[in-house]
Amino acid sequence: MKSAIPLLLLSLLVTAAAGAQGRATQAPVSTARADAPIDLTGYWVSVVTQDWRWRMVTPAKGDYASIPITLEAKKAGDNWDPARDEAAGEQCKSYGAPALMAVPTRLRISWQDASTLKVETDAGTQTRLFYFGDKRPQRGAPTWQGDSVAQWERPRAARGAAAKGGSLKVVTSRLRPGYLRKNGVPYGTDAVLTEYWDVSADPNGDQWITLTSTVQDDRYLREPWVTALNFKKERDGAKWDPTPCSAR
Amino acid sequence: MNLLTRGMLVVAAVLVSVPAFAQFDITGKWASRSSQDAQERGPGPDPVDYLGLPLNDEGRARALSYNYSMLSLPDGQCGYHTPFYIVLGPFGLHIWNEFDPVSAKLVAWKIGAWVDRDVTTIWMDGRPHPSPNAPRTYAGFTTGRWEGNTLITTTTHMKATQIRRNGAPVSDQATMTMYVFRHGDLLTIRAVMDDPVYFSEPLVRSRVWAMDPNGTLNMGNGVASPCEPIAELPIADTADVVPHYLPGQNPFVKELTERHNIPVEAVLGGAETMYPEYRKKLKDYVPPAICKRYCGCGGLGVPCIEDGTGVPK
Repeated sequence: MKSAIPLLLLSLLVTAAAGAQGRATQAPVSTARADAPIDLTGYWVSVVTQDWRWRMVTPAKGDYASIPITLEAKKAGDNWDPARDEAAGEQCKSYGAPALMAVPTRLRISWQDASTLKVETDAGTQTRLFYFGDKRPQRGAPTWQGDSVAQWERPRAARGAAAKGGSLKVVTSRLRPGYLRKNGVPYGTDAVLTEYWDVSADPNGDQWITLTSTVQDDRYLREPWVTALNFKKERDGAKWDPTPCSAR
Repeated sequence: MNLLTRGMLVVAAVLVSVPAFAQFDITGKWASRSSQDAQERGPGPDPVDYLGLPLNDEGRARALSYNYSMLSLPDGQCGYHTPFYIVLGPFGLHIWNEFDPVSAKLVAWKIGAWVDRDVTTIWMDGRPHPSPNAPRTYAGFTTGRWEGNTLITTTTHMKATQIRRNGAPVSDQATMTMYVFRHGDLLTIRAVMDDPVYFSEPLVRSRVWAMDPNGTLNMGNGVASPCEPIAELPIADTADVVPHYLPGQNPFVKELTERHNIPVEAVLGGAETMYPEYRKKLKDYVPPAICKRYCGCGGLGVPCIEDGTGVPK
């Protein structure tokens, strides 16, 4: 009987390994779209219940409340001049990826292809592309929306069961310098934006995206700028209203 | 049992010990990290600032009747915030769990108190909520469940109190749902307060905390302050006096407009003001020339401007 225990355990391990191999050979070709643990596609609207006075309107020059700026950032902000930005054709400086999601907007999210998730905003008419897997954006000059690398994050599942739920992690870099806030609070070309996209449903059936964002910029931020934003799902694009960037 | 057998038992144990549910651990100390709403969470909102609140007419009327001297009434001195204050207040979180000593199953998570908020107990053992007629407390009654990688909690039986520290009300009929997400060392909570009495649609807010194992950052004392009401306000010593403003007599209604040029209609809140299309009604807005108060400060020589003079201190 004593000698039967190792044999029994060995049999269990071999069976488990064989089962795993069998599942692997039967699995279809996976893509980011096919493997998505959450559905982010559709129309979503910003619901501005936080920082209203700094998001729905342009705050006063020199208002840096809530952003952990450095002295260098303050000096840059104190010199904010929207007329100068307009003259330079840089009305979109406050619509770069680190600031865009806080702009009151609607989102239109769709799959550009099996490995690229597209996030469009009607405010400022901007487009972000999230690249999964080995696919990478073409390298060029830094842009307002930068280069975004995405991956799904999944919880551990019960044995034998499929994992339920998950999140999207997106890291964005190679950003064209812009503003974290419309009144000229700067971020630099070395800024890195890390985001976690979560989806949840309220008791009344409303679906929400909760977006946890961290902006790191050693030059202009004395510590990471961390925020959480909320977007509610809409039935269709009836309220989609593209507008150009505005410097004011 | 020989070494081989023991080793194989360990491997087998690992294979079968995957958790029953997709969960994460929220115990520990979490430092406040949200860089949002600094004025509301720190010095406090302006007296009439209902920006971004889905108040209905009843809620707005109740809010405008609020007088800060109400805090000096005995029941005001002993008033705490509801668990919704978790996503409003400035403090970190201290969370621990309690297990059944016999079954070793999780019974509850506990979110430690702040000076003005009681302990929030999240019952995880499947117990039902009390009868709708049961007494209310500031902490309310909270249950939790897992859905995928999200902890979802439901709170009922909260006392009527403020949803913002300027008298914007929430009734004792409100219910709250929290969604707790963890991403590495970050903990995000989205809280939804649904109040059929004072709101026209639910109020949704989110906040982020970062793991802070040493608990060195502003944990809010960990216990609610003991309540020892005393006579603070001579006028309130008379039983029939309750500080308040009658309709149309709140002296602070125009203050935010005068400071920030924001129209009174927006200052008074309402669900309409929470959506992007409301900006079309603000097209004539012109920002003040320069920030003069609560402009952000601190750290690495960034000076504070907070007393209304516009001069850094």
